[in-house]
Amino acid sequence: MKSYLLLIIGMAIVTYLPRLVPLMALTNRKVNKKVEDFLSLIPYTSLSILIARGILTSNDEMILASIVGIGAAGIISYIKGNLVLSVLSGILLSFIVLNITI
Amino acid sequence: MKRIKSFKQEIRDSIVLTLPIIIGYFPIAMAFGLLSKNTSLSFRDTSLLSLLVYAGASQFMALDLISAGVSWGSIILATFLLNLRHMMMSASLAVEFKDFPKKYIPLLSFGITDETFSVISFNKDKINLSFVLILNLLSYASWNIGTMVGYGVGEILPASLQSSLNVGLYAMFAALLFPEIKKSKNILLISLIAVIVYVILFYSKLFSSGWDIIVAVIISSLLGLKLINNSKEEL
Repeated sequence: MKSYLLLIIGMAIVTYLPRLVPLMALTNRKVNKKVEDFLSLIPYTSLSILIARGILTSNDEMILASIVGIGAAGIISYIKGNLVLSVLSGILLSFIVLNITI
Repeated sequence: MKRIKSFKQEIRDSIVLTLPIIIGYFPIAMAFGLLSKNTSLSFRDTSLLSLLVYAGASQFMALDLISAGVSWGSIILATFLLNLRHMMMSASLAVEFKDFPKKYIPLLSFGITDETFSVISFNKDKINLSFVLILNLLSYASWNIGTMVGYGVGEILPASLQSSLNVGLYAMFAALLFPEIKKSKNILLISLIAVIVYVILFYSKLFSSGWDIIVAVIISSLLGLKLINNSKEEL
């Protein structure tokens, strides 16, 4: 079998550096209030964007199942506030939708 | 008298918070292991991809590009672009990790994924070193054991189950985000702004996949910053 070792090491390096450098540079250092506010918004914006991307990039047969699963999980979590229950309900509903629509 | 939570209790709480990631990662990693085997990668290389790269979307993409015969340099570049979004998450976590001993930072950085970042960011009150370490360790273990099991016996999972488990991680993002919207109108607005900005960038195809996420995060976070400054309301 072909060895992909060099490719994997290359991928590992370019993946690790963006994870490492900002934390190394910013930890234990005072950042001004504006920058801190900006950084504290990133969880909200990046999650919203990842959800949108998940729906936009899913293929035709998955799109309805994705929207139902994601929507149900969000709504159940909004009402009940239980993460595991919400996620499992989302998975179950998308499984049901997928099996009905195929 | 207020007692410090026992160590055992703390471990149990950390495991419960990590559970959605463990449940989500395992089957997706299995699907990756199986696909990697079908792309004729060795067990060693398949395991090393998960052990060293540890970034799901880019691992799947690499398999796709390998079978399309794309050069290794291009695959590495594409991986870099796709995973550059972690930079924003890493910067954001610096605020939360500011009291941690610096020697742990290289290890904690390695554990940053969309999912671990989300769970950490939305459990701000529970952040301490042992919670973050346990969360990282369990997520990493789930991803890697899942990969190896998938390489061995991945065929046993029906395709429709795999697809719906894949929705699980996005379901987790929504389950983390939606209750936050209750807390302030600004968060709802900022989330909507982020979605609109991303959808525009996605369809305009101005940026390649990967860059579009980063640019959208920066633009919408800046717009959000303007919004909270104007409204003078704290998040």
